[in-house]
Amino acid sequence: MSDLKNLESALLADIANAASEEAIEAVRVGALGKKGSVSALLSTLGAMAPEERKEAGAAINALKDRVTDALVARKGVLKDAALDTRLASERVDISLPTRESGIEAGRIHPISQVMDELTAIFADLGFAVAEGPDVESDDLNFTKLNFPPHHPAREMHDTFFFNPDENGQRKLLRTHTSPVQVRTMLSQKPPIRVICPGRTYRCDSDQTHTPMFHQVEGLVIDKTANLGQLKWVLEEFCKAFFEVPSVKMRFRPSFFPFTEPSMEVDIQCSRKGGEIRFGEGEDWLEILGCGMVHANVLRNCGLDPDAVQGYAWGMGIDRIAMLKYGMPDLRPFFEADVRWLKHYGFRPLDLPTLAGGLSA
Amino acid sequence: MKFTLSWLKEHLETDASLDVIVETLTRIGLEVEHVDDPGKKLSGFTIAYVISAEQHPNADRLRVCMVETGSGAPVQVVCGAPNARTGMKSVFSPPGTYIPGKDITIGKGVIRGVESSGMLCSGRELEISEDHDGILDLPADAPVGAIYAEWAKLSDPVIEINLTPNRPDATGVFGIARDLAAAGIGKLKDKGIPAIKGDDACTVPVKLDFVGDDRALCPAFALRLVRGVKNGPSPEWMQKRLRAIGLRPINALVDITNYVTYDRGRPLHVFDAAKVQGALVVRRAMEGESLLALDGKTYALDASMVVIADNNGPESLAGVMGGEHSGCDENTVDVLIESALWSPLNIAQTGRKLGISTDARYRFERGVDPAFTVPGIELATKLVTDLCGGTPSQITLEGSVPEPEKIIEFPLAEVKRLTGLDVPLAEVKAILTALGFWVSGNAPVIKVAVPSFRPDIEGKADLVEEVVRIVGVDNVPLVPIRRIDQVHKPVLTALQQRTRAAKRALAARGMVEAVTWSFVSKKAATLFGGGQPALALANPIAADLSDMRPSLMPGLVMAGQRNADRGYADVALFEVGQVFKGDGERDQRIAAAGLRRGLASSDGAGRHWTGSDEADVYDVKADVLAALAAMNVPTGGMQIVPAAGVAGAPEFLHPGRSAILRFGPKDVIGWFGELHPRAIEALGAEGRMVAFEIVLDGLPAQKKKPTKAKARLDLAELQPVSRDFAFVVDQSVEAEALLRIARGIDKALVEDVTVFDVYAGKGVDPGKVSIGLAVTLQPREKTLTDTEIEAFSGKLVGEVVAKTGAVLRG
Repeated sequence: MSDLKNLESALLADIANAASEEAIEAVRVGALGKKGSVSALLSTLGAMAPEERKEAGAAINALKDRVTDALVARKGVLKDAALDTRLASERVDISLPTRESGIEAGRIHPISQVMDELTAIFADLGFAVAEGPDVESDDLNFTKLNFPPHHPAREMHDTFFFNPDENGQRKLLRTHTSPVQVRTMLSQKPPIRVICPGRTYRCDSDQTHTPMFHQVEGLVIDKTANLGQLKWVLEEFCKAFFEVPSVKMRFRPSFFPFTEPSMEVDIQCSRKGGEIRFGEGEDWLEILGCGMVHANVLRNCGLDPDAVQGYAWGMGIDRIAMLKYGMPDLRPFFEADVRWLKHYGFRPLDLPTLAGGLSA
Repeated sequence: MKFTLSWLKEHLETDASLDVIVETLTRIGLEVEHVDDPGKKLSGFTIAYVISAEQHPNADRLRVCMVETGSGAPVQVVCGAPNARTGMKSVFSPPGTYIPGKDITIGKGVIRGVESSGMLCSGRELEISEDHDGILDLPADAPVGAIYAEWAKLSDPVIEINLTPNRPDATGVFGIARDLAAAGIGKLKDKGIPAIKGDDACTVPVKLDFVGDDRALCPAFALRLVRGVKNGPSPEWMQKRLRAIGLRPINALVDITNYVTYDRGRPLHVFDAAKVQGALVVRRAMEGESLLALDGKTYALDASMVVIADNNGPESLAGVMGGEHSGCDENTVDVLIESALWSPLNIAQTGRKLGISTDARYRFERGVDPAFTVPGIELATKLVTDLCGGTPSQITLEGSVPEPEKIIEFPLAEVKRLTGLDVPLAEVKAILTALGFWVSGNAPVIKVAVPSFRPDIEGKADLVEEVVRIVGVDNVPLVPIRRIDQVHKPVLTALQQRTRAAKRALAARGMVEAVTWSFVSKKAATLFGGGQPALALANPIAADLSDMRPSLMPGLVMAGQRNADRGYADVALFEVGQVFKGDGERDQRIAAAGLRRGLASSDGAGRHWTGSDEADVYDVKADVLAALAAMNVPTGGMQIVPAAGVAGAPEFLHPGRSAILRFGPKDVIGWFGELHPRAIEALGAEGRMVAFEIVLDGLPAQKKKPTKAKARLDLAELQPVSRDFAFVVDQSVEAEALLRIARGIDKALVEDVTVFDVYAGKGVDPGKVSIGLAVTLQPREKTLTDTEIEAFSGKLVGEVVAKTGAVLRG
């Protein structure tokens, strides 16, 4: 029996000393292979008497089991170590910068973003988005809107004109999106609820004016539209757009050819260190013009001012974008300077929704 | 329109504070733009006593004064004024005071070696007069230490209102007072203007030389002669008011006309009768005539303008500006006072044509109250005789003062209908009456007569505005609007949705959205298919912004170049916006365009350790396809054809690196590719640029289906099989040709074909290219046998070889 003990300790020592998976395999073959030392012992069993075989068999098999276990255990250890070594050699420098993805690098222009915000707010109030051409007729841009024939806005000094055609008619670049209101009234039956965002043009270019800018107008025509509703719509809009719980608004009687009564609207704000905040402060900031659609305009659009009534308003998209997002100047809106666009622009997936908030 | 508080109180009896008055003005539609309170500005200036004034030791022209300021010990002040003397009283400002006339804040200083703690001030330094000959010299009883502005009653705030063009009545202080009285801020002091009986007839004849419609150019012209006046400076109170509103006092006669202009919104003119030769003839100017006007400039006149002329020619430009020759000065003895009515439109046009803005034009172009033509001359006569003496003649009135009789039937319900506000009849009547309207009748419809000074009032809605502005728009209750549907239907049109989707998709590809001008230079427009006369502006703001853009590309190319010039060469820009194909309303389209420059590839911009590729055609091809996918355009039928092979393809494209996108030969939707170097150069740009542009209008829509359910998903249960093929073909053979053949071998079996490799170079003959195709087969019924796969491969190779002249690579 001491032979068995010696063999076991020798094998276990070999197993413990095996430094690689190859070495451990050699030990296994030397012990358990066909010609292995343990296999050789097992083969002696056949020649033994039954009594002797029972005792020796148990002992040899127990030896075999222990050696097998030791082999498996050692093999596991060596495999783990080899894996560790491999992984250690596979290290990379995770500090290397990756490329910015399109989702990070791309930008949406503030004008597009604000138009999407306006759409989200007014769609919720049931307003459709109406559009019309930039190249307009004098009739739709001025006459139908109750501008008197010699109004200064009709001068070359204020408005971009094209050369007269063979009939002496000259087209112009619309000076406001009001012609879209006219087109809407001419083509649809009340009730009407639309906003009209778009590009507008005036012969003006200085620090605070650009020859091209963007406006959004709103129009409601039905049988009950009145000044109280107009005030409500504009207040709801201002709260939603500027994302403040309350705004204080001031409606000042004013004058436009196409509305009567007409008003300009200021909102209360504070200006501290160049930053404008709404819903607080003592300053007033003019933000839009509005009024009840002039009876002449309704008539010009084929509507009976005693049967239907309506209100309209208009404001600068660029301007409200500046007020909300703090761009100090208008001109860079149209300069396509990537530094400005990257800074003031919006990420591609910043989709303004009422459910998720207009701005993240 | 500017006026002072004390001037307003001349016509308005009120205890209201400045703040209340200002707030009310804005509330009723006379928006206060600015309030200038000189008292506030001068609160640091106090009355001081000069204890001693001695010669400065180091300067002949300076004096060293010890000044008693009324607080603390006397201070030492170095003063350069020649009139500084011992025992005088003057105005002192301590260090730290802002001096408005000099736009500086004074500090403690040492002047020629002598310390000076403050300053003694002149009238000009306080901006209260032009006087700078010496420091203010106050009477002996002026209280030392008191605030000078208060003692001198300089605290008369100047209010400036931003007047809307429809309110001529508020171009005079009296009209503003009437509005405020109607709004409950005090009582209007309407003293009336007594008529002055002249002794004899006005000796200067007047002739209105108009026929027919031209008579409307001057409906009425009133003239009066006042003999024996003594013209000199106007009294201090008048000068003070004129100065406060920014007018320079000239002499009493001229100041009176300016005063009445502002007091009543009634411009007047005075001629020195001695300088008028013969009759005053009101007529159209003649071509070639000119006038040296009171502003010292000579204006060339034409027949569109109206003048008042005598034997010498034009003496005054009607309703705009008087002439220098017949103007009144201190030698004037006999003065002619003119009060006329002019056509608002003609005055506006004359003023605009000559570039003259005057207080007279401001009022006449808005519409001066015709009924005040004669009262205006009476008021002026009263002031002239009070201030300058003299004997007035009778008034000559040529033409006739129009008496418009406008009566509006006003249903009271109109206020409620348009505003939602309930205003009782009594209040409506009170408001309208206080504003100068005459009201008669009772509910439900009252009659309202419009006063001559309110030409802006035309109908019911105007009266609603009058009522609501006085009641206060703030008092109109908010009324929520009802929802039309419980959950609103989508409001955006397909094109609007696609416009939005294109923007987001292109931004998500790492591009930055630009918004560039709708107009470009004629050259750029022509280069990109535009430049037709119908789209050229008659009055462009600049030569390079002259024509409506036919394409977004010139704007983007130039924007890309500007960024490069600033040191940002690797930019990817896009724009989605309008382009113009003609001046018809259907000629405006929405285009989406992108431009990549330098290293702004779709992997990212700039150099990077993972690779730094120049943006190429495949980047913009991917951009345009991504945009189309985001817009959900069914692109199955879309053809991508090399631009070089398409007749009429844009010339601004690189002939070998560009393609036309179309759904048929006549249904071109856009292009992508590298821009032609000549086009880039013509736009003043440089470097390689790749770009695309598509027109979004008219892109095909997805087929409409009765339900929103998607087609049934049919997942194969068997394993797909993939086989690779490499073909060597002529470089002229398009990969698309190989793909089409591979897909067409067995449409039921071929699941996918991709190009996994494109190689030209060593091992491939020059002029040839090796294209590797990976074909995925998806068996549906049973697993494919080797024989079946072999058969498929054989067929594919056979067809490719036969149709393209390819050789299967070993």
